[in-house]
Amino acid sequence: MVWAERHRGRLAALAIAAVVIAVGVPLWWKTTETYRAWLPVAQINELAQLQLQLSVEVEVVFSKGTLTAEHQKKIPPSNTRQEEHVVDETTRLRYRYETRYRTATIMEEDALNQSTAAEADISLHMLSESPSGSVVIYVVPESSTVLPEGVSVYVGQRRTALLRAGGQMRVAVALKEVLASLETWIKQVLQVMSFSHGDITAALSDRVRPGDRSREGLADSMRAFKSSPGYEITFSLLNPDPTSHLLHWDVEAAISSYIQPLLSKMAPVANFSIDSQILYYAVLGVNPRYDPTLNAYTLNADSLSHVINPVEARLGSSAASSNPVLNFLLYVPDSRHSPLHITDHRRHTVPSNAFSSPRWGGIMVYNVNASGTELPVDVHIDMRRVMGVFLPQLRLMLGVQSAAPPPGFLIGPCGNAGLADWELDRLMWTRSVENVATATTTITSLAQLLDQIGNIVINDNIAEQVSSAVASLQLAVGQLEVGNLGLAMQYSKEAILQSERAFFDPSLLHLLYFPDDQKFAIYIPLFLPMCVPILLSLLKMASEVRQRPGQGQAKKD
Amino acid sequence: MAAFRSNIFMLAFFLCGFSVFVTGDFQEELVIKPLHSGDIYASFQFRTQWDTDFLLGISHYRLFPKSLGQVISKFSVRELHISFTQGYWRTMQWGQPFLPSPPGAELWVWFQDTVTDVDLAWKELTNVLSGIFCASLNFIDSTNTVQPSASFKPLGVGNVTDQRFLRYAVLPREIVCTENLTPWKKLLPCGSKAGLAVLMKSEKLFHSSFHSQALHIRPVCKDWQCKSTSWELRQTLNVVFDLHTSGQGKREWSLFKMFSRTLTEACPLASSSKVYVDITDNPQGELFELSPATPLVSQAVVLGDGRTYSVYDLTDHATFGQTHSLNVLLRWRAAEREMLRPLLHGERYVAGYGLQTGEIHTLVYNNHPYRAFPVLLLDTVPWYLRLYIHTLTVTSKGRDNKPSYIHYQPSKDRLQPHLLEMLIQLPPNSVTEVTVQFERALLKWTEYTPDPNHGFYVGSSVISALVPSVVAMDTNNTQERPLFSSFFPCKEESTYFMRIYTEPLLVNLPTPDFSMPYNVICLTCTVVAVGYGSLYNLLTRTFQVEEPSQGLAKRLANIIRRLRGVPLLT
Repeated sequence: MVWAERHRGRLAALAIAAVVIAVGVPLWWKTTETYRAWLPVAQINELAQLQLQLSVEVEVVFSKGTLTAEHQKKIPPSNTRQEEHVVDETTRLRYRYETRYRTATIMEEDALNQSTAAEADISLHMLSESPSGSVVIYVVPESSTVLPEGVSVYVGQRRTALLRAGGQMRVAVALKEVLASLETWIKQVLQVMSFSHGDITAALSDRVRPGDRSREGLADSMRAFKSSPGYEITFSLLNPDPTSHLLHWDVEAAISSYIQPLLSKMAPVANFSIDSQILYYAVLGVNPRYDPTLNAYTLNADSLSHVINPVEARLGSSAASSNPVLNFLLYVPDSRHSPLHITDHRRHTVPSNAFSSPRWGGIMVYNVNASGTELPVDVHIDMRRVMGVFLPQLRLMLGVQSAAPPPGFLIGPCGNAGLADWELDRLMWTRSVENVATATTTITSLAQLLDQIGNIVINDNIAEQVSSAVASLQLAVGQLEVGNLGLAMQYSKEAILQSERAFFDPSLLHLLYFPDDQKFAIYIPLFLPMCVPILLSLLKMASEVRQRPGQGQAKKD
Repeated sequence: MAAFRSNIFMLAFFLCGFSVFVTGDFQEELVIKPLHSGDIYASFQFRTQWDTDFLLGISHYRLFPKSLGQVISKFSVRELHISFTQGYWRTMQWGQPFLPSPPGAELWVWFQDTVTDVDLAWKELTNVLSGIFCASLNFIDSTNTVQPSASFKPLGVGNVTDQRFLRYAVLPREIVCTENLTPWKKLLPCGSKAGLAVLMKSEKLFHSSFHSQALHIRPVCKDWQCKSTSWELRQTLNVVFDLHTSGQGKREWSLFKMFSRTLTEACPLASSSKVYVDITDNPQGELFELSPATPLVSQAVVLGDGRTYSVYDLTDHATFGQTHSLNVLLRWRAAEREMLRPLLHGERYVAGYGLQTGEIHTLVYNNHPYRAFPVLLLDTVPWYLRLYIHTLTVTSKGRDNKPSYIHYQPSKDRLQPHLLEMLIQLPPNSVTEVTVQFERALLKWTEYTPDPNHGFYVGSSVISALVPSVVAMDTNNTQERPLFSSFFPCKEESTYFMRIYTEPLLVNLPTPDFSMPYNVICLTCTVVAVGYGSLYNLLTRTFQVEEPSQGLAKRLANIIRRLRGVPLLT
């Protein structure tokens, strides 16, 4: 009787404990849970270990007289060379050069018989067009007059190069030796025309700490803007004294004839939007010093760093987009501080009278002769001179590197657009690698952040953006692997856009933040009185169960 | 039915009229109007005009500010009107302003009909504008945005009047200060370096009874034939200096006393730069003395009344005289005179007691002795005041005045406000009272603003009307007119357009004690725990039959019995 009553009590306590565990705890868990959509964590972790392979297709065309007939029959159709670099523990690079050999066609032979290299380059381009990212090298005989004296390699406007066959070629017997001697030249040509290891590691600076890179290379990469899917270019004319100068600049025509061709050529890399403005009463932040020897005012290179800040307040940030802004300022000094010259560290005047600020833009000082009697004086600005300064600055800012060619190289003129095809390819190689690097770091750090802070709500649209960013990244890496540069660039741009959008999504900020002490303060009044009796009775039962076998033994004894 | 339709269309057609300007340029203007109360009203207007099409890619800005141009082209804006106002314009003391504006921030935008998602464009636009003007315009969301059907028609050229492309929002709580003035000044071509803008010293401008700065962008006709359009940017700044706080009680005003600066030059980029002083009530100089004297006098029809102005042309060097500076001085001779009552005037207040219900009263005065005219009344009430629209009554002179047109859009909790638009005919010399009852809603505890006991603002009512004018309005658009009289386009000689704003309301909502949620949690938890505890005890306690213990007498008896050897009691 007593035992039955005890048993009933025990069963009741167990049942309540069971209800609390089976219903209460899941209910509490479910209602206080933060929504976290599924993220492709495994793929993101895979991307964190970046293994990039860059493939370049090289076509080597032998013209008549560079190979003996015997060799011609024996030349292999193709040859693959690979280089592997371990940049750091998470980043590996592999370069794969696929070289195809063939002899020149009759039409190509004709083209190569032109009198100058530039003409040959143009006629070769008329014959065939090579896809972006690839390189065609024509090997011409040593005696050929196409190349000027002392020049071994001519790099054309497009993706072709002319290479003078070395002297040892005729003597050499084995084809292998011929090809091997060519190989060193081809390597150099490729470093100029597609990419060098230095460029690629510089592009990876988002992932990899700059180690033993040359100061100059570092400065070069610092000068250029970070890769972005779009840029805003603003030309501003600063007129500090509108009472004495009435400035006219035909910026519209200048942009369409000097800047627009370059930008339309660079359209695959990024979107550009251009505008211009005139700012009145805008002054530089530094008072120029009068130099009696020059009979002019001077701005020293040391003081240039103080010039920009006061002007920048007037420039107006771009309200309509979040793309980086490249500023080009044309400053016409007022008549009291005119003429104004920029001097370098050794106090020599700078011939261009301009300077550039890394990742910001350029400033040019334009002196006018305001000798008119009646104020204000009409001034028509020579836009040719201005754009002659701004165009190279723009190229630098956009990351088009004009490194000095190795000895024996001659770089052809770059044509109307101001940018040769191979220069664009070079930029696209580095930019797509940079985009991939940036997007992977963004995505991995987002994944880390979400992993570390469990309270952040992950909405479906963020998960979707992350997934599509990961998909675009994988596509971009895949396209780089097969050497499809144009598509790789496009996918890498998409990846960067989507990853940034996911990273900066405002819904991530609605962090359900409950500090632990507040959580306990709210839970204790309910949980403590509920759990203590349950726990106590469970403990009591457990101790009874432990005692009972002991009792049994005692009885047996 | 037909009558109110025609009225609305007349109003709409009238507002779509145009004004004509000859060239694309920059003009600046300052109007000084001595007020009857002894205060002084200064109104700056800057107009930049540009013949361009923003909707085509590259833009080359000269006088027009780049940041605004980018906004127009990115969001396909057709018209943009924004104003920031500190203080309330006292119509009964000061008469009509040139450009009315409600207290706080007001923004209304017409988008191009090519915009597909207007709400998204509006959201982004308000965020960008709040960045440009350093204001809290990002607080504009669907709960305070409405699409009025008739009150805000486009002021520029164009024939799209579909209200789907209009958004209107007021933030009555917005406080205007120097951080809003600096970006506004930066949009001027000369900045605050030259021209009239040198007078804008913020410590003086904000030490005033009323300060309002506004910006209006609209397409206007390039010439009188109106074959092509150009963009007009008007920046206006209105300020009223108080007789006692700014003027030390002396009825004597000068530019230096008002702005602590004098004028030395015109903005060199301006094609016209003028200072106007209203001398209508002072033809012979009997009321006040104006120095330096100026030979130039201009007549203009402003707000239905012919006014006379003394003009100082800053582009003329002779204006500055030998001191090379202009300090316009007004010295009163006579004491103040009664002002004519303004023809149209509005008031609003909340009636009722307690925190459950209330009543909004809007009074519209028609002070015209014999003319009746219609007005459009626009009310935007936040959702947490639940309007009982069946209690809406409109009475004039003690009789029911049935509105000829009512557009009512009910609110949705936390989504959209009430919008009430009515066309009411005002009888001559009358007060029309519009009342509507409301119930105060309980908010969620996170929805209360900081300092909720201060109350919640309800934006001003907007009264738009075509008011009969005293003199014939100037409808000849080919003629160059001062800027202050050319903002609202004018189509008819006998009437002029006027918009007035009533006071904003401050309504108290039932405000909880904000530690309440925690108290409630604690209390409920305790109650639940007590109930649960007793239930648990009842269920798990084991009951045993206890041997009843023997009484003390019995035990004693047993002891005695044992001693005696008699059988014990049980």
